[in-house]
Amino acid sequence: MIKAEQKPVDEILKYLEPYNKILLAGCGACVTVCHAGGEKEVSLLASTLRMARQKIGKPLEVIEATPTRQCEPEFALELSERVANVEAVVSISCGVGVQTVVRHFLKTPIFPGVNTTFLGETMVHGVWEERCQACGNCVLEKTGGICPIARCAKQLFNGPCGGSSKGKCEIKRETDCAWQLIYDRLKALGQLHKMEEIIPAKRWGVESRDSGPRRIVREDLKV
Amino acid sequence: MKAGSNLEKVLSKGLFAVTGELGPPKGNDISVIKRKADLLRGVVDAVNVTDNQTAIVRMSSIAASNFLIQMGLEPVMQMTTRDRNRIAIQSDIFGATALGIKNMLCLTGDHHTFGNQVDAKNVHDLDSIQLIDCVRTMRDNKTLMGGQEKIEGEIKLFIGAAENPFGDPFEFRAIRLAKKAAAGVDFIQTQCIYDMNRFKEWMKMVRDRGVHEKCHILAGVTPLKSGGMARYMAKNVSGIIIPDEIIDRIVKAKKPAEEGIRLCVEQIQELKEIDGVHGVHIMAIEWEQMVSRITEMAGLSPRPALE
Repeated sequence: MIKAEQKPVDEILKYLEPYNKILLAGCGACVTVCHAGGEKEVSLLASTLRMARQKIGKPLEVIEATPTRQCEPEFALELSERVANVEAVVSISCGVGVQTVVRHFLKTPIFPGVNTTFLGETMVHGVWEERCQACGNCVLEKTGGICPIARCAKQLFNGPCGGSSKGKCEIKRETDCAWQLIYDRLKALGQLHKMEEIIPAKRWGVESRDSGPRRIVREDLKV
Repeated sequence: MKAGSNLEKVLSKGLFAVTGELGPPKGNDISVIKRKADLLRGVVDAVNVTDNQTAIVRMSSIAASNFLIQMGLEPVMQMTTRDRNRIAIQSDIFGATALGIKNMLCLTGDHHTFGNQVDAKNVHDLDSIQLIDCVRTMRDNKTLMGGQEKIEGEIKLFIGAAENPFGDPFEFRAIRLAKKAAAGVDFIQTQCIYDMNRFKEWMKMVRDRGVHEKCHILAGVTPLKSGGMARYMAKNVSGIIIPDEIIDRIVKAKKPAEEGIRLCVEQIQELKEIDGVHGVHIMAIEWEQMVSRITEMAGLSPRPALE
């Protein structure tokens, strides 16, 4: 799922200096799971913002809302009435949710309250790690189900660099070397021959974000 | 002859090759290149010119290589995939070969966060093996990557790459070399060797796969200047293994630098005897003045003058 972290409160307060009444909108999906922008975080951040503004004698009215999924138009539109009654919106959904709200409420300034960081998995409670870069052409079949694009700092396709040492990456010693993981996995599966094949250069320019923002159209689903 | 470089001639005659290394200046002061060039001229068969090594910004490898040619030395132009996409890489190869550069070392490059521009966006459009394949395609098929566009002129390059027998997983390191050979590499320079047992074990795996007959392997050595340097490298540089007895020997020596040179010479003599090792790559980091002493003591002087 999408992972995010809340922005520093001072940064959010800076955005809100000109305003007296805002909507703080969370999201019930990914950012709820990673404890960055769910109903609980909306409530905590709203209180923090109110107190900070109270302290400097410029009270801020904060309306709270947490639609089920901010990135879906029907849920974003549930915010219509509340958006109409405020001067600005802080969205603590991911960058997708922020832009869905922006697309539907053209006349109200919308500010991000979190930094969207990566597509990742939960390791243990409170620890998340990046797993996918949405590169547009999945290579996991070749690499034992471990992604070198998301998990190798150099995005190597043909095995580890010289900096792989005792299973760890030289760049961040707490990070497992993706290619050590791939090697171990393919060895366990009896598929080490897959590491002998040269994986040709990826077509970044047509498959990935390098081709510009991507779009999926499913004629069978359109209404 | 694929490129007709001096290094290619030495190796194809079956002579034991010697290469050195030169880091370009952190600016445009050509006197730095001249000083190092004077120390290496006639001492080695070719000189690697690093490409922003450890991601520290320096004069471009192409420009510094060109100065070396003007100064009468043969460069091995290093090129990393860290800073260039395939458009820039192929364009730079056009320019480099037009300037007379005949050897090229294909590298992924040290990660940019080790350097002095940590906010940079790294590229890694290709990895080092894909880069070898790219250069071989340009040279042998006379087309750009993808095989469609014909190249005007001829790309004559003796293609090199690096390999690190001290990186993990160890059992994969010979396979990785085999992949580089399959991609079309002509010569390999290894990471600096201190753990001779591990290197010999790696060479055995390389020979078992017959890779030593597909490319020339030059063993990397770096003379240790001091006990502090030995300890630092052993502790902080991933992919370098320095056995304790070597650290002890340098630390306990009355003159550590002298001992470092002696050790380096002994290593070269031992490496020369290993089946499949066709040369040494001497990386005397900011210690270029010692290279001529090392080659003389190791019996690698004078270098062959080939037509």
